Amino acid sequence: MKLREICEILEADIVHGEDPDREIDKVGAADLMSDVLTHSTRGSLLLTGLTNSQVIRTAEMSDIEAVCFVRGKRPQAGVIKLGEEMGIPVLVTRFSMYEACGKLYMKGLRGCEHN
Amino acid sequence: MKEVTKIQELVYELRMRDVMRKDVISVSPDMQMGRLRELFKTKRISGTPVVDGGGLVGIVSIEDFIKWLSGGGGECRISEKMTRRVETFYDDEALVHALTKMERSGYGRFPIIDRQTGGMCGIVTKGNIIEGLLKKIEIDYHEEEVRKYRASHIFEDIRADKSTLICQYRIAGRKLTEAGETASGLKTTLKRLGFHPDIVRRSAIIAYEAETNVIIYAKEGKMIVKVEPAEIYMKVEDKGPGIPDVEKVLEPGFSTAPDWVRELGFGAGMGLPNIKKCSDRMVLNSTVGKGTCLEATVVIGPTR
Repeated sequence: MKLREICEILEADIVHGEDPDREIDKVGAADLMSDVLTHSTRGSLLLTGLTNSQVIRTAEMSDIEAVCFVRGKRPQAGVIKLGEEMGIPVLVTRFSMYEACGKLYMKGLRGCEHN
Repeated sequence: MKEVTKIQELVYELRMRDVMRKDVISVSPDMQMGRLRELFKTKRISGTPVVDGGGLVGIVSIEDFIKWLSGGGGECRISEKMTRRVETFYDDEALVHALTKMERSGYGRFPIIDRQTGGMCGIVTKGNIIEGLLKKIEIDYHEEEVRKYRASHIFEDIRADKSTLICQYRIAGRKLTEAGETASGLKTTLKRLGFHPDIVRRSAIIAYEAETNVIIYAKEGKMIVKVEPAEIYMKVEDKGPGIPDVEKVLEPGFSTAPDWVRELGFGAGMGLPNIKKCSDRMVLNSTVGKGTCLEATVVIGPTR
C-alpha cells in the first residue's frame, strides 16, 4: 500500500515526507523502542505514542519506511528535523493507537511477523 | 539525450515477467457485454483477456465495448464482440518486442504466456511498461549512488592477503537524546562500503543497543569496529559500574534501567538479548567497579 493511502485511512497529516508513493506492506505498533529493534521491521510503518528522537533513530536502524505518531501528538522540531535528515516521513494521526491499528488492519495491512 | 539511450538499453534488458501484472482479471466468453462497463470501472482497466476452460480465446477492450455501444448496445455475449486474434508474448521475452508491436499494431495489451506451462501468467500494458521502467531506473540510480563512494570497492582494490578497516567512535555518556549518533555513523559507513542491507541493519542495531547501554549506565565509552570482507567485529568498552551477573542480563526482560530511561522507550530488558540475536558471535565481559566490554561479530555469509 502506498503511504498516501495510509494517510487517507488514518486521516493523518504528513509533517514532512516528500515521497507519498513509497510502498509500505506491513505495520508495527509499539511505545517500547527495544521491542521494535527486536523484530524484523524492514519496509514497515511504525505507529507509536512516543515522540522523542529515539523513535527516528530506531526507525533508521531498523530500515523502517515511515513513522506515524498517534493521538495527535506532534513531536518537537528537533525530532522532525532528524526524520527529514534520515529521509523518514513523519505522520501524525488524531486516532488512538488501538484505532489506528484497527483501521489499517481492516484495509488488509498485516503485522511485521505476518507472512 | 542520455536518458533515451538508457531507456533503449533497458527495454532490451527487462523481460515481460519483470513488468507484467500477475493478478490478471479475465472474463468468460459467455458473459454479457453490458457487464463490462462495471468491471472496467471498478477494476480501473481498459481491457481484459477472455478465457474459456483455462485457455485464452480472445481479448475484449474498451474499444470493442464502444463499438458495441455505438452499434446499439443490444444484448449479446462477449464472444461475439471480442477480438479473436490475440497477440501474446512469452514471459522471458524482452520488453522491446511488446513496444514494437504496440507501435505497429495499435494493440494496448498483451497476455503473457509462461513458456514452461503454456498457460497465461500475466498481462502487459503500456502502463505496466512505464511503471517497470521507472522502477528499474530508480533501482539503478540507487545502486549508482552506492557505487559513487569509491569505498564500496575498497576491499577489491587493496592487494593484501588480509585487509581490515578499523573505525573508532567515542560514545559520550548521559545524553540519551543523542543516542544513535554512533550507530548512525556506522550504518552510513557500512552502507557506503556496499554491504548487504541485512548485514548493515543487524550491525546498526547491535551498535545502537550497545551505545544506548553505555549512555545509560556509564559516563563514557568507545566503540571499535573492525571491518573485513568476511565479517564485521564490534567492540564496545566502557568504564561504567559493571554488571554483577552477566548471565542474568542476557535473559529477555531483565532490566535495571531507571525510570528516565524507560520513559524514552528503552530499558525493557531487551538490549543485550537483542544484540545476541543480531550477532553471530557475542562475548560479554564485565567487572563490577571497573567496566564492561562487549564484543559482537556479524559474519558475512549467505543472508539469514
